[in-house]
Amino acid sequence: MRTLIRDLYNNLVEFVRTFGAFQLFFLRVLSHAPQMVFGRPGLVVKQIYNAGALSLVIIMVCGFFVGGVLGLQGYSNLARFNAADSVGALVALALIKELGPVITALLFAGRAGTALSSEIGLMKATDQLSAMEMMAVSPVKRVLVPRFLGGVVAMPLLVAIFTCIGLFGAHIVAVDLLSVDVGAFWQQMQLSVDMEDIQEGVLKSFVFGIVASLLAVWEGYNAIPTAEGVGRATTRTVVITAISVLILDFMITAVML
Amino acid sequence: MLGHPVFPEQEPHEHQPAVDGVVIEDSENVIEIRDLMYSRGARVIFKNLNLTIKRGEITALMGPSGTGKTTLLRLITRQLVPQHGAILINGVDIATLNTRELYVLRRRFGMLFQNGALLTDLNVFENVAFPLREHTKLTNRLIRHVVLTKLHAVGLRGAADMMPAELSGGMARRVALARAMVMDPEILIYDEPFVGLDPISMGVIVRLVRRMNDALGITSIVVSHDVAEVSTVADRSYLISDGKVAASGSPGELSAANSELVRQFMHGMADGPVAFHFDAPDYEEQLLGRDSG
Amino acid sequence: MQQTRAVEIGTGLFVLLGMSALFFLTTQTTGGEKFSADETFEVQANFDNVGSLKPRAPVSMSGVTIGRVTDVSFDPVALQAKVMMIIDSRYEQIPDDSDASILTAGLLGSQYIGLQAGGSDTYLENGSEIYFTQSAIVLENLIGKFLVNSGSGGDE
Repeated sequence: MRTLIRDLYNNLVEFVRTFGAFQLFFLRVLSHAPQMVFGRPGLVVKQIYNAGALSLVIIMVCGFFVGGVLGLQGYSNLARFNAADSVGALVALALIKELGPVITALLFAGRAGTALSSEIGLMKATDQLSAMEMMAVSPVKRVLVPRFLGGVVAMPLLVAIFTCIGLFGAHIVAVDLLSVDVGAFWQQMQLSVDMEDIQEGVLKSFVFGIVASLLAVWEGYNAIPTAEGVGRATTRTVVITAISVLILDFMITAVML
Repeated sequence: MLGHPVFPEQEPHEHQPAVDGVVIEDSENVIEIRDLMYSRGARVIFKNLNLTIKRGEITALMGPSGTGKTTLLRLITRQLVPQHGAILINGVDIATLNTRELYVLRRRFGMLFQNGALLTDLNVFENVAFPLREHTKLTNRLIRHVVLTKLHAVGLRGAADMMPAELSGGMARRVALARAMVMDPEILIYDEPFVGLDPISMGVIVRLVRRMNDALGITSIVVSHDVAEVSTVADRSYLISDGKVAASGSPGELSAANSELVRQFMHGMADGPVAFHFDAPDYEEQLLGRDSG
Repeated sequence: MQQTRAVEIGTGLFVLLGMSALFFLTTQTTGGEKFSADETFEVQANFDNVGSLKPRAPVSMSGVTIGRVTDVSFDPVALQAKVMMIIDSRYEQIPDDSDASILTAGLLGSQYIGLQAGGSDTYLENGSEIYFTQSAIVLENLIGKFLVNSGSGGDE
């Protein structure tokens, strides 16, 4: 019993320590960011490509089907209240405020986040980071910061693309297949979606972009430099990002209401 | 290709500032390690380690696996900090340097990692150009000139466009050597340069180590346990065992030494002071299960 | 070099696509009450009950949006809800005896203010108050009335 309490205590302390270290790491990454943006934009562009352009296909496919299923569910449920015309509003609000940012962040963690973690972990395992340090190049600045920035820039754009494709999917399902009136679909949407809703979505996508990218580079940078350690780091990236994104989503929504 | 190596004069593009104003030519000892003590957790890796590395020589650090040779390299380059004792480079205690001075210091080192540690997302040319791009504002033409010269020196000018994944182990190490040389370092460190190479590649690396050292007048440190190769290339060897220097001298002196440990290591004997058996409970007792009863 | 070019083109396309998606969202999904005017004047109206009227709700006349609600608060002196709204200065000839009612867009839609023109020769201007107001229809009250009516009718 006593050991159990001690273990719990130690775990708690360790958790707080890791959390603090993560904050300091965030500040460290941020402090180098302006130098990278203005000094070496080419490096950042390459990472926007890696994080954003390469995630585009999965984002578009998933966006289409999420939008489609929202259209189906929304239609069949709203039809019971004779409000099938509101399906456009329902889909748009759900996508813009919640599903767009959240699902994109989860997909980002699975596609780009794991790629970042394993890349950085492997660089560590093969001494590339040590080699940089020996060449008097800071790996945090040269390797981590551009990747972080790439993710931060890419995420809001990916969210916007996801949401648009989702609306397109819902449009196809609701208007083309279930014959909701096209005018009603868009008019209901425009009546119910405010600029604030879009701002909320954009805010979320920025926050999730920062969290997902930072967690990915953090896990990679702190991976145990072995094959097993890198594998574990990529898994942790997905798990921790998913948990953080969902908790943060709840918190932001609660504050914005 | 190796028959006509081109070793450029020290190029004036990068002046190497002396750390804390110490003039480089002052001392004959490039690196001095005094009473070094380092432990990781409860495990003592070095206790009272003393050694000096002389300018212009190839110094080999040898020792059985697990004696912390790589740790020593990390200490010398201050990727790790010792608990006790001092490491002096050109007479300056590196523990006193701040981050900026440390980076200045590291630019005077070239280091060849065990597997080359080439950056996987850059091709061979860009790997070699990496330090130049990070630290200098040379024009692309000049960078191209310098990089191709260095690649030519290791015989891989033709591989400039290849990616690291396409290189064999020996080639990767030669590229890494070109990269280590590109800033014209004062001290070149090789971490296990001979491990896992076929005899031909090994011969190439051995020749390159010797030639880089002599032609450019740099100081080389080779960490290895390949006794045969080290003997052909080193001017002076330190045999490190049990946290301190067990023996030192030229390869010939080491071979002839009559210390049991040195003999075991130099001649590769299975049993000796470094026991064949890892510490274990008594064999008979454990087999008969008396301790578990 | 060729590879860098491909990366740059890919990134450029990606960013353009993302930007246009964002542009599409901000312009096409919003704007049921696309009210924007350079010059406006402010008008006040007190209601017994505003229902769920919120700031930014449209103010419309004959179905055309001419302004929006800026503030909804409770007036502790009049013991009524005080609604501030701004109206596009182009519509400066609205009679000051017009009446304002709180209406609902669709059966379950959001609420807005509808103005019904009066017959006065003086017009609303900055700081005017609309005196004729009609409160929001609260569903519970409506149902209550309906029940009372049908109850009394059933007695016969």
